Amino acid sequence: MSTFVLLTITGLGLGAMYFLVASGLSLIYGLMGVLNFAHGALITVGAYAAWWFGDQIGGSAWQRLLLGGLLGIVAGAVVAGLIELVLIRPLYRRPVEQVLVTVGLALAIGALVQGIWGADPKVFPVPAWMIDTTTVFGASIPNDRFVEIGVAVAVLVGLTAFLRYTRFGLVIRAGVENRAMVAALGIDVRRAFTIVFALGGALAALAGVLSGVYFGVVDPGRGTSLLIFAFIVVVIGGFGSIGGSAVAAVAVGLIQQYANYYASSGTGDLAVVLLLAAVLLVRPAGLAPKVAH
Amino acid sequence: MRRSASIVVPVVVLLLLAIVPKLSLDIPVVLNGPLDSPGTLQVLALCLLFAGIALTYDLLFGFTGLLSFGHALYVAVGVYVTAIALTRWEWGLWPTLAFVVAVGIALPFVLGAVSLRVGGIAFAMVTLAFAQAGNVLVQKNPYGWTGGEEGTGLNYDEIPDAFVGVLNTKNLYWLALGYAVLVFVVVRFLVGSSAGHVLRAVRENEPRVEVIGLNPYWFKLIAFVVAAFLAVLGGIVWLLLIGGATPEVTTANFTLALLVMVVLGGAGTRYGAMIGGFLYTLLDQRLGALAGSTRVQDLPDVLRVPLSEPLFLLGSLFILLVFFVPGGLASLPARLRGIRTRREPLPEEAAA
Amino acid sequence: MTTAPTATATVLSVSDLHVYLGESHVLQGISFDVPADGVTAVLGRNGVGKTTTMRALMGLVPRSRGTVTIEGEDVSRLPTHAVVRRGVGYVPEDRDVFAGLTVEENLRLAERDGEPRYELVHDLFPELRQRAGQRAGTLSGGQQQMVAIARALLNRNRLLLVDEPTKGLAPLLVTEVASALERAAELTTIVLVEQNLSVVQRLARDVVVLDAGRVVHSGPAAELLADPEHVRRLLGVHGGGH
Repeated sequence: MSTFVLLTITGLGLGAMYFLVASGLSLIYGLMGVLNFAHGALITVGAYAAWWFGDQIGGSAWQRLLLGGLLGIVAGAVVAGLIELVLIRPLYRRPVEQVLVTVGLALAIGALVQGIWGADPKVFPVPAWMIDTTTVFGASIPNDRFVEIGVAVAVLVGLTAFLRYTRFGLVIRAGVENRAMVAALGIDVRRAFTIVFALGGALAALAGVLSGVYFGVVDPGRGTSLLIFAFIVVVIGGFGSIGGSAVAAVAVGLIQQYANYYASSGTGDLAVVLLLAAVLLVRPAGLAPKVAH
Repeated sequence: MRRSASIVVPVVVLLLLAIVPKLSLDIPVVLNGPLDSPGTLQVLALCLLFAGIALTYDLLFGFTGLLSFGHALYVAVGVYVTAIALTRWEWGLWPTLAFVVAVGIALPFVLGAVSLRVGGIAFAMVTLAFAQAGNVLVQKNPYGWTGGEEGTGLNYDEIPDAFVGVLNTKNLYWLALGYAVLVFVVVRFLVGSSAGHVLRAVRENEPRVEVIGLNPYWFKLIAFVVAAFLAVLGGIVWLLLIGGATPEVTTANFTLALLVMVVLGGAGTRYGAMIGGFLYTLLDQRLGALAGSTRVQDLPDVLRVPLSEPLFLLGSLFILLVFFVPGGLASLPARLRGIRTRREPLPEEAAA
Repeated sequence: MTTAPTATATVLSVSDLHVYLGESHVLQGISFDVPADGVTAVLGRNGVGKTTTMRALMGLVPRSRGTVTIEGEDVSRLPTHAVVRRGVGYVPEDRDVFAGLTVEENLRLAERDGEPRYELVHDLFPELRQRAGQRAGTLSGGQQQMVAIARALLNRNRLLLVDEPTKGLAPLLVTEVASALERAAELTTIVLVEQNLSVVQRLARDVVVLDAGRVVHSGPAAELLADPEHVRRLLGVHGGGH
């Protein structure tokens, strides 16, 4: 029983990170039609920026984590915004080239980070409290899991409220459905693009920071491995749907943990992949299709 | 007249490539050592191999319009199945080859049949997922066959002597050249056949193909299986060239590199993918060697960092290419002649 | 054959407009003027380029040659949202209401200037006030059409582009839509693509007829509609009507 609880909460913790990455990807693809391969690089940028700023700031682990993490998120948003303005926006109406550019960016940014800081993992500031465990139903759960889950829930609530209650959220929801019609109402969708891209960057960076806490280190390959799972989550959950991403992220995280433990190590990843194939074959638009693309 | 000219040039190029191992010629900067040295031949063989593999990917992406993110899987199948059969199971050469051929047809048939039930982005994601499953399987190291992270070496007992040993690198070079020619011939044949015309129609306007009464699904599946099978063969050559199997060949990065090669050269053109594959591999190898050299390591950080990471340079180059030369290198001659090959964007793109 | 329009002010002026969709030369030099106030109907058989013309005016398809001016201002190269901000309302052929948004949200999204005319809209379409919280995707075709028209009427537009608003609607709804457009025509200039000739007869002052991407006739509506033989030649067997 206690193992089950541990697995469940760990699965939710992983799912939390997948959700953060997936929600940004989902909005970007839903609104802009761009499959952003550079999203993994944004995760890496966020993680390394947080680590580096934390290092510069010094002080207690809490200080380094919170301040460094905040700056890491800002870095992710800024880099993403710049990417959109400089590289994506000029290729408006050339969707294939947009995707190719993100592929080039993924390779280039990943290599750059590795070039500057090397391929070896760097130790991430993790406060002692997060390494400590709390007992839940007889299981010893490392506290960082609660942080990840809490952050993801907060983001989910925040994003949903933002989409439902603000005008900008209204524009995004409409744009995901039919962006030409939004323009036909006199709204400049391209500004929305930059903001959504930057928002996606911030969420990816946040996921990067949390991954640093979860794994205790940052390394250049983390972004790519998280990204692949995030893609799977987005496809299962449906492009453009935040709620769908949340449900799919939970499912993927849990299945991965359960299968890895109860079957054999590595089966979880296989199971997730098979789940994706199964969902796609039954419902090619994912679980919650919203997009007219 | 133009028809014969368009045959002459490639034949001449082919002949030149064939006699390379006989030439004791130095090409400074581009190559490190004379043409007939084993080191250089190894690099060139790799370039030719990827010229071929890139073309197999182009068959999917450039000609049929299928964006697959899992093509690396089939190269990996060629690499790992051969390595495991020869090294772990200790089979003979011919049974191994027969087995790999069988797998190389059956596996893409099954996976393709499943993946092609969806299109567009969904198809791309399914292929990515299957390739990722391959990666996981290799890392899991079932029964110790794949060697996990470290990969597995190659048991040379059953390999014909002609391909063993440094002095025989030239034979590997010719094998790679032969592979590239084989891929080219097969792809050309397929593209020129009536099936090929259907494929091109599928890429341009799939609903219209259905209207004529043809089922695009089977044609796409044919393209998929042919492309994958040729990639599997490429994997076998890769194994012989490198002398071992490593998981790098199962990663998403590997497929992305194939995509870069194809776009670099010019997707859907006759020679574009091969040129792209050749150049990319050459750049990757030479930049990689350059990166480790003392000349670069002694540079100030600002210059050293970008120069020591070939993928950074390649990625940046790729971005510039997408912006300024979207048709790839193959489109340069037309551009230089001032011919506009871009047509007006379609309304779906405009309204999007 | 062209007859000079009866009013003096011109709201919309199209000159030598060419549009290519892929390889196809869909609009081959469209020219016409739309006088201020009232309704100008754009007629023609299926596939002649009526909807493409509307989309080109909106900037939703690339215009490869030609000029479009709105009250003297050249809008030929402007992106869609900029054209709309010059005071153009659009009711597209497929309505294009946002299915996932409520009726109220659909209208709110369309608000452009400081004083959206909700009273007018609710007066014309009282049902929309009742269904304000309903998701637009669950509305009937007729109700969606009302949302689409209401959206365009919310702001003070100089020009409304309305594309086949009665398509697929039952006769009772056709009348309702026609009445709403009649009232709208008192407030602004309308360019109306319509196949239903009785609606055209009721609403239009002038007509422009297209065939194979060109303008083949323009002039007063009454004049054309009084000549059934001419109508048949230009528009086909019995000239439309659903």
